[in-house]
Amino acid sequence: MALAQNISTVDDGLKSELGKKGIVVTTLNELYNWGRRSSIWPMQFGLACCAIEMIATACARYDIARFGAELFRASPRQSDLMIVAGTVTKKMAPNVVRLYNQMAEPKYVITMGACAIAGGPFIDGVNVLRGIDRYIPVDVHLPGCPPRPEALLYGLMELQKKIDGQTIETTEWYQKGLKREFPIPEYGPKGLIPKFNPEIWNPREEDHRRERYGQPILIGKKTKAPNLDAPPAAPRPVPAPAATAPTSPAAS
Amino acid sequence: MKIEEFKTLLELKLPGIAFKQVRDSLLVENPSDLPKVAFFLKNSDLEIDYLSSVTGSDYLDYLESVYHLYSTTKKTGLITLRVRVKRDAPNVPSLVPIYRSAEFQEREAYDMYGIIYEGHPDLRRLFMWEGFEGFPMRKDYIQEDSEWLEPEDLEWLEKHQVPVTEEMKERAKTPRIIKKDAGE
Ligand code: SF4
Repeated sequence: MALAQNISTVDDGLKSELGKKGIVVTTLNELYNWGRRSSIWPMQFGLACCAIEMIATACARYDIARFGAELFRASPRQSDLMIVAGTVTKKMAPNVVRLYNQMAEPKYVITMGACAIAGGPFIDGVNVLRGIDRYIPVDVHLPGCPPRPEALLYGLMELQKKIDGQTIETTEWYQKGLKREFPIPEYGPKGLIPKFNPEIWNPREEDHRRERYGQPILIGKKTKAPNLDAPPAAPRPVPAPAATAPTSPAAS
Repeated sequence: MKIEEFKTLLELKLPGIAFKQVRDSLLVENPSDLPKVAFFLKNSDLEIDYLSSVTGSDYLDYLESVYHLYSTTKKTGLITLRVRVKRDAPNVPSLVPIYRSAEFQEREAYDMYGIIYEGHPDLRRLFMWEGFEGFPMRKDYIQEDSEWLEPEDLEWLEKHQVPVTEEMKERAKTPRIIKKDAGE
């Protein structure tokens, strides 16, 4: 979605002039968005190491309260923002989708870290979901492993920009027939069923990973095993430093 | 204690049980002897009272279950025991009656390698869910292709009224490409 800035019909110069005299000119939209943007309540849950960084962001040093998002709610019914902080395993994914469904509108999602975006370092794992955007729509992707707290704050600011761009007349959650509940995947014999929700996510046209490694991943490389009964291989000799000609200017 | 000395000691104390030294660990040749060995280790004056981990591993010709033991009272350890079992009959007696800490570890090894610990009170999957098929850490496990919808996925999507394009349906019909030589 393109970010349309909240454009007021009142001239900015005039507005600040009036502001100095103690008169506030605003639009309902601006007020509405200001209120929403300044008190985004995230949901209190973390899935892996990125959660530690999220906790650091909430603590005194980085202080997410400066952006109004300090109230981590333990219930999806009371939260506006879901920060998916960490590795989403296939066992956890249905619960994340369920929590998303339970959140009240308007709701936003930030994926924090490489794992939540695409599986991260564990992308080859049988148990790891390759990105939560396979099942729920995501507003802000935050790359990093883990993203630093500043990055999370930046992501939050990007989300605030997005909120600022929404207007009461066109927002989805006042429209009729809004469907923002997504079917919850099920556990299957090999992984989740379905593997992704094509309404939301589709595989890339060009998949360089797949071309390089094939599918299933690395099967040729893995079918070797060490022979324990043989004596352990001698450690590789450390190459002796190459004899270099003296390079001091005196030698030349 | 050196592993050679340890082996001699065990052979003296437990006649009839064959041991073999594999690098710096002891292989118990017959898996059914394992509880006897463990019972001896725990209750003799060696006082090996702590089983720190149970691991499975796959050596293609056989599966292995590896035990790491310490003594917390005598501050001795590490003692490593191994047992080898066939891939198609991977039965190992459970150590839960002797070391309670084996319970979760054996469940994990069962979950990942399919080693069946006989006598375990509650041998269920630990990390994967009930209904998962296969043992994902075995070297011949073939992982699903997560970019490829399969017929059961389409069925599910239809049931939940998610629109699926014709192209995707066509793709689901064709078998997956399996590159056997990948990574060689
Ligand atoms: S992205 Fe890195 S830090 Fe974040 S959950 Fe994954 S592995 Fe941990």
